[in-house]
Amino acid sequence: MTPSHNTNTPSATAPPQQRPVRKKSKLGPMARREAKLALWMLAPTFLIVMGIVLFPLLANFWISVKPVTLSDLRPPTAVVSERVRGDMDVAGEEFRIQYRMRNSSQKDAITDITLTDTLPAGVTITQMDPACSLDGSNVTCRLEKLDGGERNRLELTATANADFAANPVSPRDSEPTVTGTSDSILTNNEFTLDNFARIFDSREFWSVLWVTIAYTVFGTLGALVLGLFAAQILNKPFKGRSIIRGLFLFPYVAPVIAVAFTWVILLDPFNGTFNAILQRMNVTDAGINFFGQRAVPIDIFGLTIEFPLALATVIAFEAWRYFPLSFLFILARMQSISSDMYEAAEVDGATPLQQFWHISLPQLLGILSTLFLLRFIWTFNKFDDIFLLTGGAAGTRTLTVDVYEQGFALSNLGAGAAVAVAIFILLLVFAVFYFKFVHREDS
Amino acid sequence: MRIGTGLLLGLISGLIWGVIAIVITGISLTLITGLAATPIISAGALGGAVNAAIIISRPPKKRTPGLYLVAFAAVVIAMMLVSFGMPFSLSFSQSSAIQAFGVGLIAMAITFANRMCLIDAHAGMLKRYSFDLVIVRVLKGLGFVFFSVIVILPFYVMVMTSLKNQQDLFLNPLDLSIDLTQGVGSLVDSYVELFTQFNFGSFLLTSTIVSVSTVLVTLAFSIPGAYAVARLKFPGQAVLSSSILLIYLVPMIVLVIPLYAVFSQLGLRNSLIGLLIVYPATTVPVALYMLQGYFRGIPAELEEAGLMDGLSRLGVIWKITLPLALPALASVSLYVFMIAWNEFLFAFMFLDDPGIFTLSRGVVSLNSSEVPRQHLMAGAVIATVPILAIFLWFERFLVQGLTAGSVKG
Repeated sequence: MTPSHNTNTPSATAPPQQRPVRKKSKLGPMARREAKLALWMLAPTFLIVMGIVLFPLLANFWISVKPVTLSDLRPPTAVVSERVRGDMDVAGEEFRIQYRMRNSSQKDAITDITLTDTLPAGVTITQMDPACSLDGSNVTCRLEKLDGGERNRLELTATANADFAANPVSPRDSEPTVTGTSDSILTNNEFTLDNFARIFDSREFWSVLWVTIAYTVFGTLGALVLGLFAAQILNKPFKGRSIIRGLFLFPYVAPVIAVAFTWVILLDPFNGTFNAILQRMNVTDAGINFFGQRAVPIDIFGLTIEFPLALATVIAFEAWRYFPLSFLFILARMQSISSDMYEAAEVDGATPLQQFWHISLPQLLGILSTLFLLRFIWTFNKFDDIFLLTGGAAGTRTLTVDVYEQGFALSNLGAGAAVAVAIFILLLVFAVFYFKFVHREDS
Repeated sequence: MRIGTGLLLGLISGLIWGVIAIVITGISLTLITGLAATPIISAGALGGAVNAAIIISRPPKKRTPGLYLVAFAAVVIAMMLVSFGMPFSLSFSQSSAIQAFGVGLIAMAITFANRMCLIDAHAGMLKRYSFDLVIVRVLKGLGFVFFSVIVILPFYVMVMTSLKNQQDLFLNPLDLSIDLTQGVGSLVDSYVELFTQFNFGSFLLTSTIVSVSTVLVTLAFSIPGAYAVARLKFPGQAVLSSSILLIYLVPMIVLVIPLYAVFSQLGLRNSLIGLLIVYPATTVPVALYMLQGYFRGIPAELEEAGLMDGLSRLGVIWKITLPLALPALASVSLYVFMIAWNEFLFAFMFLDDPGIFTLSRGVVSLNSSEVPRQHLMAGAVIATVPILAIFLWFERFLVQGLTAGSVKG
């Protein structure tokens, strides 16, 4: 796969305009060698992306039409316990060895079960279950099938000789081993649409969808507006600017678990610092349960509006955590706007606000729309933040939290995968947008 | 003194700065010293307005240090008069030194802010340009204060909570002062306990191993891939280089259920190997994208010269391309390290065995009613400090990585 140096030199310097003339099927030997090398160099990336990203994406479709729960991931196994009945320490006396088998699963059958065990020396089998056979001191028993929850007992009758009786070793000392094949729900041909029916029928799904949309739109806008504001502040150089810039990036760089738990403790209704500050400033009498209260009634000119408090707090967290990212991009773009324009505007007497409105903003429109789309998708995809802040309670459950809720909290993997499929389809729509707008702009 | 929009604007600016200065100083005093201070907002507002009025009463060129001194004194007097000598609702005999310091700080902050905002504004009718300029300055100043507060407050609370004990915290959640009389040893109790009883030493080590390995695997996978996309010609090259970032738009939560199912069957779920397969899969596309952009920027002539001189293609990569791309490699490595260090979802879903918890997973296990909250915050600090230290040390590289990794252009 490593081409020798003297052969691939020309291809590296080959004039690029030759390329379109050649047909793909008629790649020259050099080009073919180069393509092959590229393939090898890309192979690890392909493999890992296929295996860990694309395969699971497609696997979701498969799992979503399967009645599979978390417990199905543990395959049914035959559990065996060995018992000895009768006296084995009397020579010539008959005693019985029993293998009691039980299917660990209550509903799935196990087939082709083979049990093997080694008998202690000095024990002779006199009678045997027809399913079993003896080879030297090895007992092998075969069962065709053990239904879900079924129990079975295999019995051997044996006598011990004098040596053994004098110094008995329990046959239980050698553990019997059991193998069997079971039909995994993940690979069989059983399909169901129950998962989708369950997801879409529940009124909850639509409220989850609305929460997702509100969280995504407002979280994205919040982060963008804060980022734009922060970028304006740091646009002109001053002493200590790089320190401030580093400080403003903290929320994004710090681990999500750290900042999420800090917010939870900061906003705790009973002994959180923020509520204590509000009470000290006489803003409220009682602690506000920012992450636990679904809605607070707010009176505006006699009109009572149910303000979704927990959702708003989660959105505020999202804006707080991701404003540094948009700030970084907007700042980079602003630094690249040529100062000539501002100087010219200054000469014409444009005020700073006018300059922002008529020069900066139009120049920033490109990066703002790109950022909006990307942040929109990432916020839509966000799971960690809400999961750590509220666990999806109090009207903050988004689609991504619903995947966890269905799949793991309710241990219905199939339903979780069905939600994942819904997310994936929505994302495909976003991706079309991405290619239609952002990509064209970039090139 | 002429009276016009300038004076009005000055008064408004003074009012705003007065309120902000007294609120922030009052709350900061409470948080830092534990005093039960409630700032009297009207006192600050009036002090600020008086201060602004005095400054703007003189034309910009005639403002002497003496004027600012008078303005400073005016704030103090106005505040004291309005609040009957108790600007923080505390009698002045209580920690008078700290209160005096607070008042001085407020007066200084107000004077400084008003001076900066009104530096070339006069009291008469302002031209539109100067009018806007004052507004922009006030807004910028407000932004500074706003962003500093929202960034610093949570991190300050995080660190200080970790140094307190549960009882004090419940007694007065506003008192985040540090009691040095107990000695340094009792301050770091939570940290000692986390490292001795909660196994945080091992979590720290695991996180380091996982993050560094993720960086190495990611580089090993993405360097050849990026080179191929940037330099070699093959069918589908253009499509690949533009679509690789699409992987970045796939939500991790969607991958969790299938990976959980498959990794459970393969016995990879509750293992670091499992994490080390998943993490690079999520970072390789980004790394590849960042690197290929950089590789394209390296003059092809250098590599061609190497090829002419008899180096093999891999030799060219190793001896010419990579040394030239060192800054990009540093950016990518730091960015990937940050992602792996902060990763929560898969560590949470996959790891059950406390022996192989990463820090993220370990901190989550502290989030229960049986563990006191200062332990949780101490865990958060332990997880945060290394990544912030690395970030501050290599800020330039990481900022490049963040920008290049997230969006192009």
